[in-house]
Amino acid sequence: MDFRDTPDEAAFRAELRAWLRDNRPSEWQPDSDPRRERWGLEQSRAWSRRLFQAGYMGLTWPKEHGGQAAPYTHQAILLEEIARAEAPEHVGIIGLAMAGPTLIAHGTEAQKKAHLDKILSADEIFCQGFSEPGAGSDLASLRTRAERDGDGFVLNGQKVWSSFGHIADWCILLARTNPDAPKHKGLTYFLVDMHAPGVEVRPLRQLTGDPEFNEIFLTDVRVPADQVVGEVDGGWGVAMTTLLHERGTLGFALTVRLEVTLRKLVQLARGSDGTGRRAADDPLVRDRVARLWVDLQGLRYTNYRALTSLVRTGIPGPEGSVAKLHWSESNQRLGKLALEVLGAAAQLDGGDSASGGYWQYQQLRSRGNTIEAGTSEVLRNIIAERVLGLPRSR
Amino acid sequence: MDFAFSDEQELLRRSVRDLLAGRWPLERVAELADGDAGWDPDSWPRLAELGCLALSLPAERGGFGGDTVDEAVVFEEAGRALYPGPLFASVALAQPALLAATDPAPLDAVLGGERSATLAVAEPDGPRGLAEVDLVACAAKRDGDGWTLTGTKTLVPDAAIAADAVVAARAEDGVALFGVDLTGNGEVVVARSTVDTTRRLGDLVLDATPASLLVPPEAAGAVLAATRRRALALAACEAVGVADRALAFALEYAGQRQQFDRYIGSFQAVSHRLTDAWIAIELARSVAYWAAWCVATGDEQAARASAAAKASAGEAAVTACESAIQCMGGIGFTWDHPLHRLYKRAQWVDAFEGFGAAHRRELAAALLDG
Repeated sequence: MDFRDTPDEAAFRAELRAWLRDNRPSEWQPDSDPRRERWGLEQSRAWSRRLFQAGYMGLTWPKEHGGQAAPYTHQAILLEEIARAEAPEHVGIIGLAMAGPTLIAHGTEAQKKAHLDKILSADEIFCQGFSEPGAGSDLASLRTRAERDGDGFVLNGQKVWSSFGHIADWCILLARTNPDAPKHKGLTYFLVDMHAPGVEVRPLRQLTGDPEFNEIFLTDVRVPADQVVGEVDGGWGVAMTTLLHERGTLGFALTVRLEVTLRKLVQLARGSDGTGRRAADDPLVRDRVARLWVDLQGLRYTNYRALTSLVRTGIPGPEGSVAKLHWSESNQRLGKLALEVLGAAAQLDGGDSASGGYWQYQQLRSRGNTIEAGTSEVLRNIIAERVLGLPRSR
Repeated sequence: MDFAFSDEQELLRRSVRDLLAGRWPLERVAELADGDAGWDPDSWPRLAELGCLALSLPAERGGFGGDTVDEAVVFEEAGRALYPGPLFASVALAQPALLAATDPAPLDAVLGGERSATLAVAEPDGPRGLAEVDLVACAAKRDGDGWTLTGTKTLVPDAAIAADAVVAARAEDGVALFGVDLTGNGEVVVARSTVDTTRRLGDLVLDATPASLLVPPEAAGAVLAATRRRALALAACEAVGVADRALAFALEYAGQRQQFDRYIGSFQAVSHRLTDAWIAIELARSVAYWAAWCVATGDEQAARASAAAKASAGEAAVTACESAIQCMGGIGFTWDHPLHRLYKRAQWVDAFEGFGAAHRRELAAALLDG
């Protein structure tokens, strides 16, 4: 057991820190309200390309597909340091965390060659087409149809909650190829060209007011057979790889983001109002700040345990579900505490609020944390059944 | 970065678990807890043979040259087995003072498994624990070549079992640590009724009681501060073991008990509560191991880490036991089931050196002031 960086890890971290200090885009405003200060697609792509050219993308991916074949610890350090520097993320999160690892595990050589290095360089942005209006937590009940047509398939249906759908070039999409098979067995995993005829994207406005995700309508969309990932009717297993990786090393980024936000909350609480009163002097606020700090350490070191088992086995362990569950609930508590520290003035928003809408946005956005990437209820079911060995709940 | 125990540490875990489960299973612990002595004195030389009493001591003092991470393994297993005996009192609390003492005899006696020790700091109207050593009033007076102590110490763990007590008392030039032989001073120890009868507490009523100087005032502060960090980290590890064991009872029951023609573990009202208990244990486990590592390496975060570990593990253990009692219904509420004994130990750990809120007060001061 040793929590210090090895000499190799320390060198990588130092070099990365220096690079981020010199290259972090000056126009990026981490303390702003993203509803007001929008980071443009071209800026985002340019930044992502710089990360790629500097050799920081696809750290754990094979060299022949643009990766670095570096250890998982480097990936964890990268996520930590980007979050710590409050630098923007690579725009292709879905490709990096979900589509890429899935193609590496299940894709054909041609599919890997076609997409992997373009995901890293942000030349191709991916979105995810799993959820549907009638299939959320019960994903396998999805109804989008894919019917054989000559040497390909024709897709019809509707997908929902697709982040990045409005800017995506490709979609990893699950559709039903065999309506007569049991529901987990008739699904196929496709790569769908978002620029193909019949694909229509409509933005959905979230309760923050921001349109972060989208609906995707598929009307007679033709998909060639070589864009099936894995076996026809074998899509469920492929999708499980995607979901496992969704919660893989992501915990590192989430934890450091929480650390950075907690630091901002501490600054906020230490400030005094016109009469010299400080929220930091309120014993109840103090207890909640300390509780968040303890929560943060629990997350950080649980991530480290998860990373150690990932390094040893190559497969993300159940700690990833713990991290996501606990992070989402901690982040929600943090957002609410920030509003209480601001007091009644927290009801002012945008340019009229003292923080320019930052805390208002953070708090509202945090409500999505326990829903996106596996609801807390589904994650609890997964832990209860697969980790604790309890009987199935349904 | 590597967050795993070594093969040797895993082997140590196995040996301690096998010894405790084999010779003192929970049914036996329950008998001991309800008996007069409160423990089986034969367990002490056995733990000494396994090396559990000397893990972190240097080789030149008869130890194994290990560290607090090795001890973390032992305390987690002692918690899982609900070991009744002066392991925490002797190794977690008294050992740093015995190691710092110029006289090697008291420590040697512990290492040989012949004697055990405890630490007496709290006083009825004085310090409540190691964080308040400045309030010590118990008086130390020179008496020829030796010393005598006068005053009352309270909440002393395993006072009626330990052969020696390390006592914090005030000499002319400050608070120092003294050794008192409890075996020859029967009238000094006043056993108290306790909630957790596997870790009984007692008072020491000292009235010109002979004592020997172990650690002088100029060194005592640092020894006590180090003792507090290590004791908090190891108490957290013990709590993780207790919590694990309690949750295991509930999981087994929820997977076997049927009501309404279903296993009760398939009801989310049951499974989600147990899942939350497991998550709290895993988070506390991560912090407890980190704290043990910080103490072992002298990391600058050791004080904060051990406070965070104690706060989260104490609360996680109490919650895990409460969730287990609820899950098991009437069975979990009976005297015959061992769950209540785990619950009472969890409550002791939670209360030891301050509840979670007290540790969060310290953490808040570090985060928000200065």
